[in-house]
Amino acid sequence: MKEQLRSIEERAKAELKEISDAKVLEEFRVKYLGKKGEITGILKQMGKLSAEERPAMGQLANKVRADIETALSARVSELKSAAEQVRLKNETLDVTLPGKAPAIGRPHPLDAVLADVEEVFLGMGFEIVEGPEVETDHYCFEALNMPPHHPARDTQDTFYISDSVLLRTQTSSVQIRTMEKMKPPIRIISPGRVYRSDAVDATHSPLFHQIEGLVIDKGVTMGDLKGTLELLMKRLYGDEAKIRLRPHHFPYTEPSAEVDMMCFNCHGEGCSMCKQEGWVELLGAGMVHPKVLEGCGIDPNVYSGFAFGIGLERITMGRYNINDMRLLYENDMRFLEQF
Amino acid sequence: MDLSMRWLADYVDCDMPIKEFVSGITLSGSKVECFETEGDYLSNVVVGQVKEIVRHPDSDHMFICQVDVGEGELTQIVTGAQNVKKDDFVPVAKHKSTVLHEGKVVKITKGKLRGEASNGMLCSLAELGLTVHDFPYAIEDGIFILGDDCDKTIGKDIREAIGFNDTTVEFEITSNRPDCMSVTGLARETAATFGKEFKLKKPEYKGVKGDINDIISVKIHNSKLCPRYMAAVVKNVKIGQSPRWMRERLRASGVRPINNFVDITNYVMLEYGHPMHAFDLRYVSGNAINIRNAQQGEKITTLDGVERELSSEMLVIADAEKPVAVAGVMGGEYSGIMDDTTTVVFESACFDGASVRTTAKKLGMRTDASSRYEKGLDPHNCYDALMRACQLVEELGAGEVLDTHIDEDYHDDTPDSVEFDSKWINEFLGTDIPQQQMIDYLTSLEFEVKDGRVYVPHFRIDIQRPCDVAEEVARLYDYNNIPGTIIRGVAQAQRTPKQKFERAVKQAMFACAMNETETFSFISPKYFDKINLPADSYLRKCVTITNPLGEDTSVMRTTIIPSVCEVLARNNNYRNPKCYIFELGNEYIPVEGEILPSEPSRLGMGVYDTAGTFDFYSMKGIVENVLDRVGAKNVSFERADKDCGYDEFYAFHPGRVAVVRVAGTAVGIFGELHPKTMENYGLSARTYVGKLDLPEIMDNSQSQKKYKPLPKYPATTRDISVVCDDSIPVAELEKAITKAVGSILEKVTLFDVYKGEQIEQGKKSVSYSISMRSHEGTLTDEQADKAMDKVLKELSAMGAELRG
Repeated sequence: MKEQLRSIEERAKAELKEISDAKVLEEFRVKYLGKKGEITGILKQMGKLSAEERPAMGQLANKVRADIETALSARVSELKSAAEQVRLKNETLDVTLPGKAPAIGRPHPLDAVLADVEEVFLGMGFEIVEGPEVETDHYCFEALNMPPHHPARDTQDTFYISDSVLLRTQTSSVQIRTMEKMKPPIRIISPGRVYRSDAVDATHSPLFHQIEGLVIDKGVTMGDLKGTLELLMKRLYGDEAKIRLRPHHFPYTEPSAEVDMMCFNCHGEGCSMCKQEGWVELLGAGMVHPKVLEGCGIDPNVYSGFAFGIGLERITMGRYNINDMRLLYENDMRFLEQF
Repeated sequence: MDLSMRWLADYVDCDMPIKEFVSGITLSGSKVECFETEGDYLSNVVVGQVKEIVRHPDSDHMFICQVDVGEGELTQIVTGAQNVKKDDFVPVAKHKSTVLHEGKVVKITKGKLRGEASNGMLCSLAELGLTVHDFPYAIEDGIFILGDDCDKTIGKDIREAIGFNDTTVEFEITSNRPDCMSVTGLARETAATFGKEFKLKKPEYKGVKGDINDIISVKIHNSKLCPRYMAAVVKNVKIGQSPRWMRERLRASGVRPINNFVDITNYVMLEYGHPMHAFDLRYVSGNAINIRNAQQGEKITTLDGVERELSSEMLVIADAEKPVAVAGVMGGEYSGIMDDTTTVVFESACFDGASVRTTAKKLGMRTDASSRYEKGLDPHNCYDALMRACQLVEELGAGEVLDTHIDEDYHDDTPDSVEFDSKWINEFLGTDIPQQQMIDYLTSLEFEVKDGRVYVPHFRIDIQRPCDVAEEVARLYDYNNIPGTIIRGVAQAQRTPKQKFERAVKQAMFACAMNETETFSFISPKYFDKINLPADSYLRKCVTITNPLGEDTSVMRTTIIPSVCEVLARNNNYRNPKCYIFELGNEYIPVEGEILPSEPSRLGMGVYDTAGTFDFYSMKGIVENVLDRVGAKNVSFERADKDCGYDEFYAFHPGRVAVVRVAGTAVGIFGELHPKTMENYGLSARTYVGKLDLPEIMDNSQSQKKYKPLPKYPATTRDISVVCDDSIPVAELEKAITKAVGSILEKVTLFDVYKGEQIEQGKKSVSYSISMRSHEGTLTDEQADKAMDKVLKELSAMGAELRG
């Protein structure tokens, strides 16, 4: 009986080595380990044995069964892993084939840059306010120290709806609306569309966007204006961004400045991109004129403040190297999909 | 303002490199646009003398010249010009030189002309880049024969020899500084900026004895519009050419030389910034000058030959009978100087800026003079300008100036003054500039600081308040030396609910593959026809621009739909295979009884895709996504019709257009474009557009989402198919199911709509999967069956029967 068991074990192990098919493995299991299998068959003959022999033989039979089971499961996992290897090998892909991205939409470049500017100012505690585009002469000009016949009106060719209603030429109109409603301290920016009677070409558009900024508080200085604009430009263009302030004239600020950014291309040396100037004009700014404050019921002897107006198109075109403003309003998909 | 650097040097030493000048003067407030050196395209062109000239043996119009260009040997040059004689001094473009030819720079090299060597070229004025206005004695179609006003040193660079080497700097002068629209004004700024001496001498002239009042009288009838009028008289006038130095400076300043008297008035205007006028006394009837308002309807023919009708608010210069000039704008036809003029009256006057501006605008003629006057000129300057003109007449020997003049002067001469507080200036600027340094800056600009006040020089119209003084200090200190600081105090800010809402809408659009666009807010009224609006549509009532650039941009849009269609059409023209776009922009709606229109924000959407995968339901899905993202309450859809509240309806396919409601309020319309609309826009692939009214949606949305506990008990799902009339919208069936199942309903999902074989004509089969779940325990079959029985009863009541 002992020999019988030994030979079963030997046979089984030899047989197992030859099997490479899952179905045959199951047949093997039934043949040796099943209820009607060979080992069970042996165990059924145990009754013939003496009481002394029985435990040892039982142990042996169980050991043989366990050994075959172990060998079987080893073979099963061996075959599984071999099959897995084959499968993995067969499933190798050319990872350089194009991806299948779900389509997504993209922000317009003007709005992408505006969102960045808004983040910078929200971080400095500026609220974002809005104002009407169809505006009265009062808010667009008069309250900004530009009475009728003021020569500075000529620099802003205006679209009129009637004698007293127009399309705002600047977001500065929102300054007045804000100061009439809010008491200082005031920190706001106001982005929006503005309109000037300029024919469309590579650098002009009858409709464009400005971002107005206004700060009113006790003790606001021109240094604060400069510091704020420096911070904005560094956030937008990186730490190497350099600006310069030039004296200028706006009726609603005094002192007034135009702010240039050092040309990225030539670093101030002068090149074709900056028309040999080394600097690119970015925005207008200044300390809010006391007449403007007075008109809004704010005492210029107590409060001071600064204001600025950034051309969104200009900083957007600078950011992405866009050389023709018309592209921004054409909305060609081939253009829009680049941002 | 074009400034001649040579002219500037009369008044200030300006010996620094031009780049340094340009940068310094820009940073102190006089912005340089660009600068240009005259004739910098000419090279290797020199003065030569023709020593010998013979006819070309093989040509009947060419000559062979032997020219001395200072190289020892004579240079042989062939010319086709007919005006060259032996011993003439001429510009010679030598071998390897550059000149202008038809406005372009060309290189001249030696060669042969009909077999004869020609080692260069004799030049005409045009080839140098000049005209006969610069050298009136030269001829246009011949060689420029140098006159006695040129340096005839043989071999000398031609630009130096004829004074064609000035540098012109173009300034952008702001409207508050008319004083800088002049050579002397810019010289004053230059001196203050660079710490140099400003060398302005009071102009003087000797004159001949005579009482001007015997010759002409001047009377101001409106001293508000004309605070000062000065006149001087020149007798025995000799009209002729101005000297080269004057022509040169005019040319560098962009003014064409004409004759000595015209040139003198222009020269003084450029030098002192004060417009002058010269009248021919013969045409001043009654020898009287009256500065008065025009009579309504009075007519004048101006110098440009146009007859103009005047109105009574306009100021004119009139003689005893009629207007001879529109004050500060333009002279009359006969008021100018002619070749036979013998007596000239110079006018140097000051007119009210606003009045000149209105008049010029109304007459539609903005002149150099009017653009100066309208900024507000200094009445003081009348005197200096007149004296300078008289001085120049004497210097040029152009006539005899009477030693008396007329001065009708009504202007207030007290200088303005402003409080001077150096501590306040430093606090305002955020600087630490010593008081004495401030005083030095101000003094260099001719301000006077005494007794705690700053006295403003008369030529400065822009200084009225302490902040104006602060600017003067700051600009000479250089804005860039002010240290940048961070605003004091703490402030916190966040986007408004509207801004957050709009951002959420945009995020949803991006997730739906929609690309953001920016279009013009003004459109053509014709666009309303393009989207098939009826003639009486309320959308045609819009805010209209009175002075548009063109019809295409003449009205503010009352609907965003045409803007969307334009973008789709443009992309289609560019042959882009698909276009998925949206715009978040305003509509502009006139409001009865209000001055300003309302400007509600709208989401416009549009898609075409030649792949054919996009349909009505794709667009509806996008709308659903947006509304879901912003938490719109109780969203429903219905087929739109002409009474749906949106006239945009007419743009759409009448069977494929829906109105969307949120909490019962109509908030948008979308669908497939009407074939006619598509044709109007040249679109070929089926196109879907829509608009959503954002404020209305926001008012009915819940941005705050709430968590619902995940289910503990399993759901029971039953599928049913019913057959009903095709005309019943599936939304009605869903409503019935929802009502019937009641609180245990989890979700109704439509999974099939079938028409065709096995289904009676005019009917459809609709299949739903109904998922039910209780939060109290697992639903029993009986509970589910009971609910389904109710469903079938409800459906049956509306004519939808279980499909057998």
